[in-house]
Amino acid sequence: MSERITIDPITRLEGHGKIEIFLDDKGDVDRAILQIPELRGFEQFAVGRPVEEMPRITPRICGVCPTTHHMCSTKANDAVFNVKPTPTAEKIRRLIYNAFQFEDHTLHFFFLGGPDFVVGPTALAADRNILGVLGKVGLEVGGKVIRARREARDIISYLGGKVIHPICGIAGGVSKGLDEEHRVQFLETANFAVEFAQFALQIFDDVVLKNKEYVDIVVGNAYKIVTYYMGLVDKNNKIDFYDGDVRVVDPEGKEFCKFSPSEYLDHISEHVEPWSYIKFPFLKKVGWKGFTEGKESGIYRVAPLARLNAADGMATPLAQEHYERMYETLGGKPVHNTLAYHWARLIETLQAAEDMKALLEDKTITDPDIRNIPTDTPNEGVGIVEAPRGTLIHHYKTDSRGIMEEANLIVATVHNAAAINMSIEKAAKTFIKGGNVSEGLLNMAEMAFRPYDPCHACGTHCLPGDMPLELKIYDYNGELVEKLKK
Amino acid sequence: MEARMSTEKPKVAFYWCSSCGGCEESIIDLAEDILKVVEAVDIVFWPVALDFKKKDVEAMKDGSIAVGFINGAIRLSEQQEMVELLRKKCQLIVAHGSCSHLGGIPGLGNFWNKETIFNRAYHTTPSTDNPDGVVPQEVTVLEDGKELTLPRFYDTVYTLDQVIDVDYYLPGCAPPRDLIMNAILAILEGKLPPKGSVLSPNKSLCDDCDRNDSKPEKMVMTEIKRPWEILIDPEKCFLAQGIICMGPATRTGCGERCIIGNMPCRGCFGPTDQVYDQGAKFLSSLASILDTDDEKEIEKLVDTIVDPAGTFYRFSLPSSILRRRRMEAIK
Repeated sequence: MSERITIDPITRLEGHGKIEIFLDDKGDVDRAILQIPELRGFEQFAVGRPVEEMPRITPRICGVCPTTHHMCSTKANDAVFNVKPTPTAEKIRRLIYNAFQFEDHTLHFFFLGGPDFVVGPTALAADRNILGVLGKVGLEVGGKVIRARREARDIISYLGGKVIHPICGIAGGVSKGLDEEHRVQFLETANFAVEFAQFALQIFDDVVLKNKEYVDIVVGNAYKIVTYYMGLVDKNNKIDFYDGDVRVVDPEGKEFCKFSPSEYLDHISEHVEPWSYIKFPFLKKVGWKGFTEGKESGIYRVAPLARLNAADGMATPLAQEHYERMYETLGGKPVHNTLAYHWARLIETLQAAEDMKALLEDKTITDPDIRNIPTDTPNEGVGIVEAPRGTLIHHYKTDSRGIMEEANLIVATVHNAAAINMSIEKAAKTFIKGGNVSEGLLNMAEMAFRPYDPCHACGTHCLPGDMPLELKIYDYNGELVEKLKK
Repeated sequence: MEARMSTEKPKVAFYWCSSCGGCEESIIDLAEDILKVVEAVDIVFWPVALDFKKKDVEAMKDGSIAVGFINGAIRLSEQQEMVELLRKKCQLIVAHGSCSHLGGIPGLGNFWNKETIFNRAYHTTPSTDNPDGVVPQEVTVLEDGKELTLPRFYDTVYTLDQVIDVDYYLPGCAPPRDLIMNAILAILEGKLPPKGSVLSPNKSLCDDCDRNDSKPEKMVMTEIKRPWEILIDPEKCFLAQGIICMGPATRTGCGERCIIGNMPCRGCFGPTDQVYDQGAKFLSSLASILDTDDEKEIEKLVDTIVDPAGTFYRFSLPSSILRRRRMEAIK
């Protein structure tokens, strides 16, 4: 009775991610696979483009996180031209970047990850969405969520030209400065953002941490995989979304390596499988050992929890308090429990808000000196930033005129591709036994990959924020035996 | 029954093909206005947000959906199948955003083909570790007989109207809020322009540009500058500063968002109705402002434009007279 289960996020004809679960003769899970049927070829069609146009081309990799690609590409331009942004330009870039990190994390918690906890993992599917969240915490909160997102996006629109596909980044600086009037206005937004992030953490505390049943799910084995962790850190080994060195810790939390962006090829390789258009990165010095956990396997994770694990702490004081509390509650570093990504994401939201505030309280952000004109011959450069979904790498090689000869891009979700596969498989193995497939499996499978906020899995950034899933069970001959739909 | 008829709302579908999700965000960024839209229409298909499947659409009567908004270019077999189905079910199809309208940024893929794109992605990128030369396959049979499938990847990127008949075009990467709302309202109120219209004013960006007044009496370009080479004057016409700006060959309606951000236009709205080919139009505009009659001088000047095809056709290569690069020409 060998069976196959297909979980299609949207339809078989959509093409952004589907899950196949294979059962063995006893009806237990043999293997679970996440496929990404999507490729657009940016690395190839970058060739021949002027390198300064890359920050205007690569945001089209993702319209949900265009700011991340824009910023990473701008930093790669700095490196190609060997020029640093002026201090004011760096402040403006950091302001844009923190505003983005704040609004994107907020969207994820309230629209996507939140519903599983706030409404409850066992609640009816129809209630497990943003409307359910509002039903539980009140409409007033909904107003705050919309305001927080809109105001943070207004900052990006003003400085970046457009919030969907910003245009302001240029080697050595930015195209537009900030005036005093807008500094004052945006400082109000930042103050609200700090208050809002603390409020979101309070909701998490009240709804999740004070509920033993939820805490048991968080620390349970079904949602735990043991891996290495990667993230950008500043010179004090604190989390930095915009700049710094890449630090990797091993499954015991010890520093495994720390490298500057230009050295990434010494540390990261990508494995290819014939059944997915996505590649699977791994730590070069450990090696690809298949989809396996532990210290012997080169698989590592990125994004909020990974960043917290890979750093020695948060860069801002309020976020640091929550950081310490999280590790106390979950039994010390590193935390391998995938669901803790949600908590880590909120702690990062607070750091982003505190950073926005600090940047805007500093009046020098309105200085007119926003550009250093490059003088060196362009050549080769690597830019790395922390996207909401993890480490993002843009590597460009140009001719002496700055025309692209080669591009290599390792996108945030890609780093997590192998881990997402393993997380889904582990959850499936826990919940599907003896051919017993219940509707609850749908949400249990969702809960295994949602913490990563995977950008390729279509339903992850949308209203009403509930990922549509369909589950089909076929018998050995490919006949449809049963169909569940939520 | 009568009451039910009168309360029946027009049905609307949204779909995405080869795109980035920015057009979906453009709908979500309607913010408060999206509630008005939801009130007035019945969204029957929006895979990114709602739980309806292809078979639900197949089960609908032909022509029963009032309008389908489709974003993204066509690059995969399954995208073609889906838009063909939506064409049957929808009375009107709107190409939503630059990719479905003109090919967009994914359309730059037409400088290459499947073979070169795969070769780059899975073999020659420096972080790729692929000693066995594995390439993703449409059908993969795993060691124990398990079979996995992927959709077919085309050699060429197509605009939506190269695959199905399109009624209207909503331009921009991504389209701005006011144009989206105007389009939706026009459809709801039945105030429809002629079929084939681009739903944005039919004049060039320069006509609306705040920097137009800064243009000298006789516009001349003596040298070409790249944006990184100079401090860009935030008030002066880009072309007058020597920077390539696609404004003369681009339709207005975007709100000059890039220009207000102090960066030149790259043409995401495509050309006006009078222009068939955006790149050719820009070339003729440029020729008229280069400050020389000497052929050698012109050649020298044009040579300083580093990527004419990729700049003049940044968003419109698949819809241009060029369509794509002839691969045999580079072999």
